[in-house]
Amino acid sequence: MNSMERVMTAISHKEPDRVPVFHMFSHYGAKELGLSIKEYFSKPDHVVKAQLDMRKKYSNDCLYTFFYAAVEIEAFGGEVMFTEDGPPNSGEPFIKSIGQIKNIKPPKIYDSNPLQKVLEVTRILKKIIGDEVPIVGVVMSPFSLPVMQIGFEKYLELIYFKKDEFKQLMKINQEFCVSWANAQLEAGATAICYFDPLASPTIIERAKYLETGYKIAKKTLSQIKGATATHLASGIAFPVVDDIAATGSAVLGFSGEDNIEAIKERAAKKICLLGNLNGIDMINWDKEKTRKEVKELIQKAARGGGFILSDNHGEIPWQVSEDILLEITETIKKHGTYPIN
Amino acid sequence: MAAIDLAVEDLKTTLLQINRIEAAKIFKNFYEKDKNFEMLEHLTIEVLEKIGDGWENGQLSLSQVYMSGVICEELIEKYIPKNIVSDKNELKIAIGVLQDHHSLGKRIVYSVLKAGGYDPVDFGQGLTVEEIVARTLKEEIDILLISTLMLPSALKVKKVVERLRDGGSSAKVIVGGAPFRLDSNLWEKVNADADGKNGAKASKIIESFMKGGKQS
Repeated sequence: MNSMERVMTAISHKEPDRVPVFHMFSHYGAKELGLSIKEYFSKPDHVVKAQLDMRKKYSNDCLYTFFYAAVEIEAFGGEVMFTEDGPPNSGEPFIKSIGQIKNIKPPKIYDSNPLQKVLEVTRILKKIIGDEVPIVGVVMSPFSLPVMQIGFEKYLELIYFKKDEFKQLMKINQEFCVSWANAQLEAGATAICYFDPLASPTIIERAKYLETGYKIAKKTLSQIKGATATHLASGIAFPVVDDIAATGSAVLGFSGEDNIEAIKERAAKKICLLGNLNGIDMINWDKEKTRKEVKELIQKAARGGGFILSDNHGEIPWQVSEDILLEITETIKKHGTYPIN
Repeated sequence: MAAIDLAVEDLKTTLLQINRIEAAKIFKNFYEKDKNFEMLEHLTIEVLEKIGDGWENGQLSLSQVYMSGVICEELIEKYIPKNIVSDKNELKIAIGVLQDHHSLGKRIVYSVLKAGGYDPVDFGQGLTVEEIVARTLKEEIDILLISTLMLPSALKVKKVVERLRDGGSSAKVIVGGAPFRLDSNLWEKVNADADGKNGAKASKIIESFMKGGKQS
């Protein structure tokens, strides 16, 4: 099987030849090419080369066109801060007051240089790889993006006490999110990963999510013209498995803190699971610990398909050593061949 | 059930419903009984600790923790006795976010400490190692709470501690944030003195430092 066949089989809740692996490499590509993170993201060619090199090196079953979450904030005119050893982060929220929301317009995808670079990477990768490997694009959910737009505290005030302004911001973000997702699909992305950390009960209680983020996800995903995966970026997923499945997503990124057996049972035949190695803890692992973690995860989550092995945050930290990532792949090849014993 | 336990349960339920008005009534009724501010402070910290624990064990959400802290901070303000003489005010406590503008965690801990009778200095967010060290030294801080969101910032706490010691400060450093939650030994690796898993835990750690203790 090639990567596309392997992944599509797993998503169809069937057993492929082996467990598919998604190493979610974003800024890690700079390490691969020996560049600073800022330099790395300055040219689409860098990202293309690193994605292809790392696919080969780690037998990665996806190409990941995600630059960094704050790329969307740049499109809105906000500030991004680069560091030497981590993901570029959003600066001070660009919405300074709730009253400002009414003046915000969704950015045009084709006016934004950073978004154009992502699209260029997607187009080149698609041209080179065709349908052999899934190309995964990324959007931030309209419901979660405001944490970077307005700051978490003000955003919670909106969610709980300012329903009109909340609706107004959601409308702006939905329009942007749908355009951004569809532009990536048009450029060649196979699927869109919808990052929605606020959908996790770790951040927002389920009852509130059902009133807000769930409805927004349902409406937004229905307008995205392609397959979607929802990722909760390390937040627990078990209590919202059925809800996320009902939004129309085919894949769910779950947490290192979720009970694997319980979530596997709940997700069976409904939604394919993606996860859940603890990327932060990974920096402490040696090869033996890596083998143990990967074998255990395969044993608990891989039977019957419906599972893609990955980290639990959707991004491999800069500090994780290459040896550990290679060991993850080797262990999958050795112990992740179907049928799982 | 003792009166305090009943009040703890009532207040917890009300805070989780983000019901400011009902929470204000509970505060008032509880305080009116014997006009004892320390009891009110105790009630607040008990409730916030339960809510913080509920978040840690996956039962409650971060937004509930935040809203509860903010409501309690607001409500307790008007009961704080004027010219209060307390050991808590003798300690110079500061809190800041290292290399990041996501300040929710800092705000939660700040609110809980205020609700618990402390008066922390807010160093703000997006601070560099140099900025947080310089302010800690200049203001002769006794206890420094550092909030982080991402792993690179969490790892930089080690540099903060080193530079504080080089600068002659013996300030206790309490860390918090997602990286420390996802790697429970990280606080020790960066040479912090304690891991403030939530606001109420941070408050208890400060209390133990005041008594000369340390986190085990």
